Amino acid sequence: MKIDFKHSPAAHCESGVTSNMLRFYGINISEPMVLGIGAGLFFSYMPFIRLHGMPVISFRPLPGHIFSRVTKRLNVKMKGRRFLNRDKSMRALDKLLEQGIPVGNLVGVFYLPYFPKEYRFHFNAHNICITGKENNVYVVSDPVSPTTNKLTYDELKRVRFAKGTYPPFGKMYWVKKIRTTTPDLKSGIISGIRLNCKRMLDIPLPYFGVKGIFLLASKMRDWEKKLGTKKAALQLAQLIRMLEEIGTGGAGFRFMYAAFLQEAATVLAWPELRDYSMQMTKIGDLWRNFSYEAAHKFKSRGENICSYDQLADKLVHIADEEKRFFTQLRDLVKRNERN
Amino acid sequence: MKKEEVPQDGRFLESTNLRDIYYALDENGNYCQVQSIGWEAKNEALSLTWENILDEAESVRKEVLAGEKSPLAYHIQVRLFDVGMLSAYSGISKKTIKKHLQAKEFERLDDAFLEKYANTLNMTLDELKKV
Repeated sequence: MKIDFKHSPAAHCESGVTSNMLRFYGINISEPMVLGIGAGLFFSYMPFIRLHGMPVISFRPLPGHIFSRVTKRLNVKMKGRRFLNRDKSMRALDKLLEQGIPVGNLVGVFYLPYFPKEYRFHFNAHNICITGKENNVYVVSDPVSPTTNKLTYDELKRVRFAKGTYPPFGKMYWVKKIRTTTPDLKSGIISGIRLNCKRMLDIPLPYFGVKGIFLLASKMRDWEKKLGTKKAALQLAQLIRMLEEIGTGGAGFRFMYAAFLQEAATVLAWPELRDYSMQMTKIGDLWRNFSYEAAHKFKSRGENICSYDQLADKLVHIADEEKRFFTQLRDLVKRNERN
Repeated sequence: MKKEEVPQDGRFLESTNLRDIYYALDENGNYCQVQSIGWEAKNEALSLTWENILDEAESVRKEVLAGEKSPLAYHIQVRLFDVGMLSAYSGISKKTIKKHLQAKEFERLDDAFLEKYANTLNMTLDELKKV
């Protein structure tokens, strides 16, 4: 049985699955819109949490947050479930599919057969949508793929019960009830922007938002001294991967956010937002330039092109720009709300 | 970034069913999705990461060849498993796995038991016994 589900590729798995699922139920919403309403642009640098021996750097909120914010704001009732028993989890999935309901699944990527082996890390927060089952083979709508993929019963069971950091425990989610197919995007957009400004500017800890970028810059200046050339280069590589690896739409979601602002300009009829979109595009270009210079640094080992100090200066510049950007964006929302 | 500036530097993705999606500006200054097979900066970062993983695994391989560690130690290193994860996947206790990381203990295992490890690591018995 196969559900008539339109698979559209997307940059990021969570926003991609969300927009594909909502579209199935008649809510026409783009991936950037999901990101914006879900306040999905972020930065965090947490030197006290280590993954593969390196501090965690991330350009997105915790997995699941974008999704839950969007569905709440759009008044969509979702249901989610985790399992201890694997076979039970598969039976529950089949039951929903039989009712014609597409089911989102949280999976680990390590055993995903259609991923190239270089991408198979033990990352357990990938989202896919199951849209059918034929002869024990599931139809998989994975946004990082231009077409649908297939997983056998055993393959799917294995990735749903991946182990390691944050095991997914067969987590699945589906739409329970849609109250309206034309939800109020305007208020969703405004509260999404407000929340995003708050998260980038106001969290009173040095690890998050703009403050986190400043912190990373100041730490980066000592990387080479403290860690040695090799480990410093590895940390830099880690940063670039978080910025650009499958799932950000380029420059750590900055371009996707710019696309959101452009769309929001039309929906809200706030033409100024188009200008803000351009500003965000420029910030994205700064991040791209940073990645480019950073990669240049470890590619041509020996001959030093950019020092860590210079790279840190670039980050400080980006942080300044983002701080200015979100402060002004917040003012704009306040001004326009009053009128 | 403009549409025509979206990089198409293949290394990892071109032969797969995966693509990067970029949001880039078209000729009218509107955002659109563009598919990409990769970007050099990112490919370099991923290559460097893998070089390092393989370097570390190589030193384990030497210990295996010297008869100190078992092939299992190498195979989990190169797949970025740790003992806890292998235990969670296979159902074999951590203590037992730690024992089997030593060459002598590993050699004593029969094929039926080794099959459990091979299944978990997605490899054949022969591959598991070699490095």
